[in-house]
Amino acid sequence: MSAIPAPTVPQPAQADNALTGKVRGAGAERAFRALCWIALILPLLLLAVLLASTVRDGMPRLTWDFLTSYPSRKPELAGFLPAIVGSLWLMGLTAVIAIPLGLGAAIYLEEYARPGKLTSLIELNISNLAGVPSIIYALLGLELFVRIMSMGRSILAGAATLALLLLPMVIMASREALRTVPRSLREAAYALGGDKWASIRQVVLPMSLPGVLTGIILSLARAIGETAPLLTIGAVTYLAFVPSSPTSAFTAMPIQAFNWISRPQKGFQVDAAAGIVVLLVLMLLMNGVAIWLRARLQRRINW
Amino acid sequence: MHPGPAERSRADLFAPRRPSERIIGSVLMACALISIFVTVGIVLVLAVQSMGFFREVSLAKFLGEREWTPLFANAHFGVWPLVCGTLVTSAIAILFALPLGLLAAIYLSEFATDRTRRVLKPLLEVLAGIPTVVYGYFALTFVSPLLQKVVPGMGTFNALSAGLVMGVMIIPIIASLSEDAIYAVPPSLREGAFALGAGKLRTVLKVVVPAAFSGIAASVLLGVSRAIGETMIVAVAAGQQPQFTFDPRQAIQTMTAYIVQVSKGDTPTGTLAYHTIFAVGLSLFVMTLVINVFAHRLKQRVLKGAG
Repeated sequence: MSAIPAPTVPQPAQADNALTGKVRGAGAERAFRALCWIALILPLLLLAVLLASTVRDGMPRLTWDFLTSYPSRKPELAGFLPAIVGSLWLMGLTAVIAIPLGLGAAIYLEEYARPGKLTSLIELNISNLAGVPSIIYALLGLELFVRIMSMGRSILAGAATLALLLLPMVIMASREALRTVPRSLREAAYALGGDKWASIRQVVLPMSLPGVLTGIILSLARAIGETAPLLTIGAVTYLAFVPSSPTSAFTAMPIQAFNWISRPQKGFQVDAAAGIVVLLVLMLLMNGVAIWLRARLQRRINW
Repeated sequence: MHPGPAERSRADLFAPRRPSERIIGSVLMACALISIFVTVGIVLVLAVQSMGFFREVSLAKFLGEREWTPLFANAHFGVWPLVCGTLVTSAIAILFALPLGLLAAIYLSEFATDRTRRVLKPLLEVLAGIPTVVYGYFALTFVSPLLQKVVPGMGTFNALSAGLVMGVMIIPIIASLSEDAIYAVPPSLREGAFALGAGKLRTVLKVVVPAAFSGIAASVLLGVSRAIGETMIVAVAAGQQPQFTFDPRQAIQTMTAYIVQVSKGDTPTGTLAYHTIFAVGLSLFVMTLVINVFAHRLKQRVLKGAG
């Protein structure tokens, strides 16, 4: 709030195209255009500052030791290993639960469901679920998985909660992908004597695979940064061992980072920044894989 | 009895032929029905656990008192400080994100070349994908110290920096959905305005933006809903003090941050403290649901208008 930007000096009207140029207010138009451009660039600059300052803060702790040691009371000894392993466990289990359910629901809605009350109810419901805050899923998971199904504060309970959270995203992405397969290919499968499931399994699914995989990887990349639900389910913030089974207690990368952020000592802020860099690198890596996969698999298909 | 080919109606052509087909169909349908069970589960869990709360604390106290101190010896259960904290941070986020998001959307759909759009739009969407705990860290370690230098009386934990950073997170939602709405405005409207001698600026401001209004409103509502439900930014940067204040320099507590604070502390099941998080969760769920339904209606109107 220190300085108000100087107003743009109105430029003499310049025709940049025959229809819209040389009209009254061309200077105002330029100013407005510049304003819009600033509005677009400003958030991107903030993103750059965010990334740069986090990398700068975390630099001193970004060592191999940090990745391979356990948390500690001393900030300069604290490591990220249980959090990394915990996040990988969560990703794996979440994928195992969410992919069959989400893909199944998508196939049902795209290929089997007839338009009607039930179908539109399911569709409305999925779009509503996509807007439910993640902390609400946490309350569901806390009561349903941790208490009623007595999974305890385990990796499994966390993964089940994340899976429900991701479900709308997986369903919507998979439906998009299924929709890109031309109808003529399904008809060809029927013409060859295939039944519905055969046409889906042997034609529609392989054809839509790049889209489906991309959607799934992108939603898993979202899940890797989810903090609030896991915190509520009961991820612990100090784990001196690597989780070994789905029923283990667990921590995860964002949880460990949150724990370090909330400590008063300066040294833990550095640990937090280093942890965040690792988290962001893994997340961007997953996004990159999704984009690469889509490009690679799409090239092979020629309708 | 199996009908011969001639008797098969057109609808039967795609009907299941093997018994296993029917099983597959029902399994897939069960997957789709899970989403309904999730909703029912959420409503049931919130309702049942909140009943445990409202059996001990009257609704009049929940909505009438102005203090939220459920964990103190002298407990008060007025939800307004939490609602107030939620609204203050959300309002700051929207006031910051709306102008930037809308102008960015106008630039992308009206001024940018195809190539610029293809590069900048996904880049902007990266903002929405950054884990919120990272935004919280940014608000606490970067934005708050900066604001403390400029604004007198600014605390380490404050509603303003949390709200501003939340605004950054919301910009892509508003920009992306508004861009879709602006893009869907038929070119004939623009051409009509040009034919009447209007310049680009007037056309955009007086024709295109008003025509896309319901889509833009939907994007803002979805942004508000995200802000109200956002948890980690406020849990990290806004503090944990439920206060009935509209001063953005103060530390406050939002509904989501309260839920995290209490559930993190390993509160025993069945206690009043355990029930409070579900009562707060229920209030939060109702608020976001109402907003989402309105946004959904507005979006449907856009789709109908475009088709």
